[in-house]
Amino acid sequence: MSNKELEPLQDPGLPAHAHRKADHDEAAANRAERQVAILFLLSALGTVLFIYSYIFIENNIYIYIPILGNQHAQQLFLGLGFAIALFFIGAGAVHWAKTLMSDTEVIAERHEMRSSDEDRAALIATVKEEVGAVGLGRRSLIKRSLALSLGLVGISPLLLLRDLGPLPGDVLNQTTWAEGVHLVTDPGNRRLRPEDLEVGAVAHVLPEIEDPEHRSLNSIAKDALLLIRIRPEEFRLDAERLSWTYQGIIAFSKICSHMGCAVALYEQTTKHLLCPCHQSTFDVPTGAKVIFGPSARPLPQLAIKVDDAGYLVAAAPFNQAVGPSFWERKK
Amino acid sequence: MRKLSRLRRRKITAPVLLFLALIVVGNAYAFIGATVTTSGATASNARSTMVDEGRQIFLRGCSSCHGLNAEGGGIAPALIGVGAASVDFQVGTGRMPLADMSQQAMRKTPVYNEEETAALAEYVATLAPGPAIPGAAQLTYERDGNTAEGGELFRTNCAMCHNAAGQGGALTQGKYAPTVMGVEAKYIYEAMITGPQAMPVFGEKAITPAEKLSMIKWIKAVESEKGLGGASLGKVGPVTEGLVAWVLGIGLLIGIAVWLTTKSR
Amino acid sequence: MKPARERIAGSVANFVDERTGAAKFLKKSLNKVFPDHWSFMLGEIALYSFIILLLSGTFLTFWYVPSQEELIYEGSYVPLKGVKMSAAYSSTLDISFDVRGGMLMRQIHHWAALLFLAAMVAHMMRVFFTGAFRKPREMNWILGVALITLGIVEGFLGYSLPDDLLSGTGIRIAQAILQAIPLIGTYAAFFAFGGEFPGLDFIPRIYTVHVLLLPGIMLGLITVHLMLVWYQKHTQYPGPGRTEKNVVGYPLLPVYMAKAGGFLFIVFGVTAFLGAVASINPIWVFGPYTPTQISAGSQPDWYMGWLDGLVRMAPPIETYFFGKTISWNILIPGLIVPGIMFTGLALWPFIEAWATGDKREHNLLDRPRNTPTRTAVGAMAITFTIVALINGGNDIIATHFSLTINQIMWATRISIFVLPPLAYVITKRICLALQRADRDLVLHGRETGRLVMLPHGEFVEIHEELSPQEAFTRTSHEQLAPIPVAAIDANGVRPKGVLKDRIRARISKGILQEQIAKPTAKEKLELGGGHH
Repeated sequence: MSNKELEPLQDPGLPAHAHRKADHDEAAANRAERQVAILFLLSALGTVLFIYSYIFIENNIYIYIPILGNQHAQQLFLGLGFAIALFFIGAGAVHWAKTLMSDTEVIAERHEMRSSDEDRAALIATVKEEVGAVGLGRRSLIKRSLALSLGLVGISPLLLLRDLGPLPGDVLNQTTWAEGVHLVTDPGNRRLRPEDLEVGAVAHVLPEIEDPEHRSLNSIAKDALLLIRIRPEEFRLDAERLSWTYQGIIAFSKICSHMGCAVALYEQTTKHLLCPCHQSTFDVPTGAKVIFGPSARPLPQLAIKVDDAGYLVAAAPFNQAVGPSFWERKK
Repeated sequence: MRKLSRLRRRKITAPVLLFLALIVVGNAYAFIGATVTTSGATASNARSTMVDEGRQIFLRGCSSCHGLNAEGGGIAPALIGVGAASVDFQVGTGRMPLADMSQQAMRKTPVYNEEETAALAEYVATLAPGPAIPGAAQLTYERDGNTAEGGELFRTNCAMCHNAAGQGGALTQGKYAPTVMGVEAKYIYEAMITGPQAMPVFGEKAITPAEKLSMIKWIKAVESEKGLGGASLGKVGPVTEGLVAWVLGIGLLIGIAVWLTTKSR
Repeated sequence: MKPARERIAGSVANFVDERTGAAKFLKKSLNKVFPDHWSFMLGEIALYSFIILLLSGTFLTFWYVPSQEELIYEGSYVPLKGVKMSAAYSSTLDISFDVRGGMLMRQIHHWAALLFLAAMVAHMMRVFFTGAFRKPREMNWILGVALITLGIVEGFLGYSLPDDLLSGTGIRIAQAILQAIPLIGTYAAFFAFGGEFPGLDFIPRIYTVHVLLLPGIMLGLITVHLMLVWYQKHTQYPGPGRTEKNVVGYPLLPVYMAKAGGFLFIVFGVTAFLGAVASINPIWVFGPYTPTQISAGSQPDWYMGWLDGLVRMAPPIETYFFGKTISWNILIPGLIVPGIMFTGLALWPFIEAWATGDKREHNLLDRPRNTPTRTAVGAMAITFTIVALINGGNDIIATHFSLTINQIMWATRISIFVLPPLAYVITKRICLALQRADRDLVLHGRETGRLVMLPHGEFVEIHEELSPQEAFTRTSHEQLAPIPVAAIDANGVRPKGVLKDRIRARISKGILQEQIAKPTAKEKLELGGGHH
């Protein structure tokens, strides 16, 4: 009874096929044919435009197009020609298929994915027989030794990858900075005096090296420094950290303690440093303490002083690794 | 609202009228003076007149925030020692006087005309030495600048705030670095040496005048760059590109797919 | 005498068949039936984008130099003339400015990459919301998840190859994520980069991965993916004449072949159009990579943007135990959350089958409204991703809509927890409302807006009855009952595994209990005409 109650609506079956105009009207069919041909011809025109642009449009010609502005003519028309050539072949083919090819819906039966029970049983029997013939089940010595050798062979490719790179060693903790290394502008490689920076000024600096033309990116990636000058009385630092500054000039590693982007967005009004990658915000007067964003550590500070000639130099190496954290990093 | 705008209008008109009067008087004095004194003295006289005019404008338009002697106040910094360049930048680009305390000073139509701005700058410059306005003789970037080197300098010193294409970018708490496209060379130079608003100072030793000219030349080169690969999509990176790919690309293709799969009649 | 053309074709066919016996297979294949629906074309867009990527990518390899050796640029782009840069960046500039059509091909390649990923995601959403992943197609679903994952990696590597400031920044961040992996991270990073960041080895290495390894694997997976579609036959939407046992559509030859082939050209054409009119990744603007430089608004491409957004909103937590540092602020958003998301995605067909107890084959698709829980879970995942994506572009959004990055950051930090559940609840309600609407439509017909005054003065609106086809489409779905809870037997003995069963019964109840009963034939009959 309840089955009858819950009986769903009946399937009325596939609706009767509706014929298109072109199926019975010769004129409509001819019209469709012409439309398809026009689409294909448009494509041919596109190719002509493409060839023309490639050969005849000079590299230095620009053309004004509304919305787009002044555009490099060759690139634009090469692209448009290519786009037209391709698009209208497709449009023609689709229009052809839609209007002139048979549009009678076809019903195909599905077969179940599962094999028949006989096939399954036969497969299992075959496998059992083969395995039994090989004797793997009984000969455990062969099985174990094969497993061992396969496992060892599997390790060897990993071993081959060993020479991809050197072991980290202590390099992540080292930078070019050491006592007496001059701070030079980046770019420009000029030494700086404290008076070159007024209050509110910043300078991007690198350590002075003998051959600045061939400074490696690896060293830049650890050495980059940002100098900021504020009023000395604005610092909120302990005595040691304060002694690392010079007349209000403080030096921070420019490599973000989060993921290593260059942190250099300094706002002289708020004295905040912002990293543009993930928006960690560091407070300069308190020694680049993190006040916003995902970074968990302040930027490392470099101790600076002036040499006898009055130029800014590093007073000591960094006291910690610069850049993003890693497993072995000392706190 | 209307009250506010009326107030502003009054604030503007008073110094303008005053200044017009001063110009008439000042010019008259200068003219008379020229007839009786040597030319050097004329210049110094004219300058002192200008300083005086500047001071008057300052008292009318700026002192309510910056203090009667430009010593600064709770809401505005001291202007002693900021130099003429700072005044020329802030007032010349219309950033000062501020229209609205709540937001960052934006570029807008200047309130004071060129002469008034010059007078104000002259006055502030007398308070204490500071960066001077770079003259046309100094801004020879076309001749002395090196575009590629300027690009390097720009990317190291400016791109983190102003974007690699100079389109500007976000800072903390709603502050932002404005675009440098379409900014006059003089103001770019002044901004670097004075550090307006949140921007730090880039002194003449940290970045030499020649390097500054190179940066300006690069900015101007990028500014006049024509479309090389189609519409620029704001030159702000992959955000707009992703939007275009989804809206225009996938949108268009879905539209075509709908056409493709509907039965034709 | 047959015309020459036919004779040649005949002898070629003969040659092939005598050596392969292909005629039987081909005869069967050419009559293969494919159902037609626009949403079935999404996967095709992805496939064609992949073909475009292979073609345009091959073109680019002819000029691209995968090397980080430094040189001085002497090409034709003036603002960079004389700048020190890597050979990779310099050669990409050359492709853009000194190879005719090079800029076009570069842009087509990049647009196609964005479209490839977008189409894959759209295709996956279609498959998810219609339940096309159910038995027997779970394997194909997993292949699809693998393809999207590989596609994201492949896209990121491609974005990194030009070695411009933006891509170098991306590599820097990838290196930081690698380095943050506990225990092996530092070693992994040193091996991948041949030493410290950035080194000279990374670009040549990822080049091989980008042009050979990953495309090869993806091509293999795509082939299997398509073979499975072929072998298992395409799913179809429910409707009159469509059953679990048949496929209603058009034969491969000629209609489907012409449409699919035509669509390949159309997708290529649209991509070429974008490459012609819309600039993408203007690398000359960003300059060469050096670790001291950065551009405001540095973002990854959209398919990585949600990850970047998660990293941005992560809490600043780093722990330090026994002399070892663990960066949770990188690990959680960079590896753990995406890991959970993709694992959950891959396992979803099995999770759903377990929770509903439905282990049968399904060839008819679900209308999303009829599976409110699944649809709601999908909406929840999409909401999560979009919130993260918004934060990934927070600096651009801040400057363009006068907001602050801090506001957007906090809004998304809260929204990522609040909005997905909200989306779940709302979507589920909408689905149920739509079910109710279906029921009303089937029973009472469509409101026509025409009012009629009855003889006794009452006004009624004419309802037009649905056609039997429409009514059937709206009622042909199955409504499963929740799995019953295994009862404790008379002796008070709990059956084995009762807790697991109870949890399962509880979940299944949550999923299946709330639905609007679909109209039965009897109800329909009783209500009769369309004037209600």
